[in-house]
Amino acid sequence: MSKTNLLERRSVVSSLLKDRKDAVVVGGLGASTYDITAAGDHDRNFYLWGAMGGAVMIGLGIALAQPKLPVVVITGDGEMLMGMGSLATVGLQKPGNLTIVVLDNEVYGETGGQASHTGASTDLVGIARCCGIADAHDLATMAEIEAFAAEMHDISSGPRFASVKIDPANLERVLSNRDGAFIVNRIRGALGYQPI
Amino acid sequence: MHARADAPAENAQSWPEDIFGVLQRFDVRQVPYVPDAGHSQLIERVLGAPSMRAVPLTTEEEGVALLAGAWAGGQRGVLLMQSSGVGNCVNMLSLTQIFRFPFLTLVTMRGEWGEFNPWQVPMGSSTQGVFELSGIKVLRASSPDEVRDVMEAAAAQAYNACTPTAVLLSQRLIGTKVFVK
Repeated sequence: MSKTNLLERRSVVSSLLKDRKDAVVVGGLGASTYDITAAGDHDRNFYLWGAMGGAVMIGLGIALAQPKLPVVVITGDGEMLMGMGSLATVGLQKPGNLTIVVLDNEVYGETGGQASHTGASTDLVGIARCCGIADAHDLATMAEIEAFAAEMHDISSGPRFASVKIDPANLERVLSNRDGAFIVNRIRGALGYQPI
Repeated sequence: MHARADAPAENAQSWPEDIFGVLQRFDVRQVPYVPDAGHSQLIERVLGAPSMRAVPLTTEEEGVALLAGAWAGGQRGVLLMQSSGVGNCVNMLSLTQIFRFPFLTLVTMRGEWGEFNPWQVPMGSSTQGVFELSGIKVLRASSPDEVRDVMEAAAAQAYNACTPTAVLLSQRLIGTKVFVK
């Protein structure tokens, strides 16, 4: 696949989240969680340090529980490949408020840069579309990212899926909080729910 | 030993109604499932319930992650699956300890009590052990008249005390699948 005009991952994520309003944001295991943290900690950020393949399903659970809030899952190609079935589950439920963004560097960056399937043969946008997510496409320029960042807030027109080919360079890790109970209870508090 | 009817409408039972009643009383809203014949009557009730969202899955581990998201968003859920699906969940069950969220799953058992299919036996035999190693409390119902009490206890400890809980519905309860008449 094309190796030209790759976007820089931190710029992509900070552009997506620059005007996030009331959105809840889920970050997949690995670099995408560092990117979200780099864009700014937030009490509606759902960071994952494990559960590989689960990011989209966590986003779906939030989206079904909070249909009036935009829910944005930002994950990597390796994490998405492990949870491909969840695209079929999302395609069946069709939550209008759910957006999935895959930062696709075509490698498993966290484990040494081994090639993933997306660099050679797997088309995640095609998979999403064939799973019933009609609004599925590649984003190739920062102008497209900015336009998409606005679309994410339309809670009636999802689910939507976007793949962004990014530069595979490993950037300095920006570590989020990694206490799961704190992360979940902070989101619940922001949404008006008390601890048990 | 009794045999199970594959067409539940012809042979409706009372214990799935008991389960459904408890789920409604505890305000359970999201019901992810991988279909199983033993859960078919309950799944029909969930699909017909306006307050509940049935979410068919491609694999059981999706349901664990879904319920974590549901809890973050303020809703309770329950995962319906068969014993063979429990093995598909193992890594994702970490979330029950990481998030301390109210995880409840109802598991119809295969691989016991007159099983015909040997392929069901290994996972059915290790289902309870897999849950316990994963930090999930296990309750079991083997006769129709104990289902309501077991469900009440399971839902109470899961939702009130955030104690991750699995209810095993014995093959003796759901009936042994008949392959050869």
